[in-house]
Amino acid sequence: MERLRRTMMFVPASNPGMMRDANIYGADSIMFDLEDSISLKEKDTSRFLLYNAIKTFDYGDTETVVRINSLDMGGKDDIYAMVRAGINVIRLPKTDEANDVVEAEAVIEDAEKKCGREIGSTKMLAAIEGPKGVLNALSIALASKRLIGIALGSEDYVTAMKTRRYADRDSEEIFFARSMIVHAARAAGIAALDTVFSNVDDEETLRKETEFIKQIGFDGKSVINPRQIPIVNSVYTPTEKEINQAKDVIYAIEEAEARGSGVIALNGKMIDKPIVERAQRVLMLAEKAGLYKKGE
Amino acid sequence: MKFEIKKQAVAGTLESSDIQIIIDNNDNKGIEIDLKSNVEKQYGRKIRQLINETLAEMGITDAKCVVVDKGALDCTIKARTIAAVHRSSEITSNYDWEEIDTWNV
Repeated sequence: MERLRRTMMFVPASNPGMMRDANIYGADSIMFDLEDSISLKEKDTSRFLLYNAIKTFDYGDTETVVRINSLDMGGKDDIYAMVRAGINVIRLPKTDEANDVVEAEAVIEDAEKKCGREIGSTKMLAAIEGPKGVLNALSIALASKRLIGIALGSEDYVTAMKTRRYADRDSEEIFFARSMIVHAARAAGIAALDTVFSNVDDEETLRKETEFIKQIGFDGKSVINPRQIPIVNSVYTPTEKEINQAKDVIYAIEEAEARGSGVIALNGKMIDKPIVERAQRVLMLAEKAGLYKKGE
Repeated sequence: MKFEIKKQAVAGTLESSDIQIIIDNNDNKGIEIDLKSNVEKQYGRKIRQLINETLAEMGITDAKCVVVDKGALDCTIKARTIAAVHRSSEITSNYDWEEIDTWNV
């Protein structure tokens, strides 16, 4: 079954209490940060702390992700430590071109060999945070079989574009980047993850922004505070009407398959493959939200 | 990797769930741990034991540690001890993760 990535919560790897509690808020993925939220003088201590945390805490079926530093700024040590500790996904910062993915993958593979982990078992996520990366989004998304997704990091992107975030104007300044990333991800068959919304007190705009990114096809969004998780998750939770429609589609398909019929119609409308795929995704989201159980 | 207490070094913070360890040379008087913890009565012996074990695994036989605990878990105590010894030994890159892995984290 496809993994849900509605919410990816940032947790600075310098804070032992937050790392211990990271799994209690209901995020689909936890993204431990060794990069921008860690001061230069605490990179070493944070890496040791996170290494021990990953080896100690049981995060259940929540996906564990680590945002590493660039390879020439401690990223190699980050990879050797995190692969050995058993992290699920390595998130590359500031990915500008496919070769950034290829270079990091070589280090990951070496790390897997050194600690006896299965080659290819550590997945990757590329964060695109500048205009070059946005324009190269498709080649980045296709650069490695390890990639489970690409993500937009908008703060560096808008700075490079000589603008800033205009959340009050529907974030038009990042619409092109969002479109490029969601198209590249879909073309590559991987997840598209949206940027953070940094004003934790403005829940109304967060909801509006999440509704928009869901509308254009994103899988989910990075969040910076546990308070943002239920808002994003609720936007991705299907309504009762959507769940019932999806169930009807799946029943109709199952019935048709039992009859050996190739053409399927529901309430006078033909059901084709895209409709079935959408229905399956609706039921998966409903199941995650506890509103549906398979076989119901 | 050879570790040696070359200079005073600190790792950790005074925030809740953390532990701060200041490590320094102890002039060949062995390992000495000065611990302040609000859970000292219940966990003081365990915290000292963890720091002692970690130092022994790293081959450190002479060190003075001034430790302020704010309710850290075992994995945090070990991580902060390991970081303090690396800093004191002036090892800041190309860590030996294979060896670190053997220290029973």
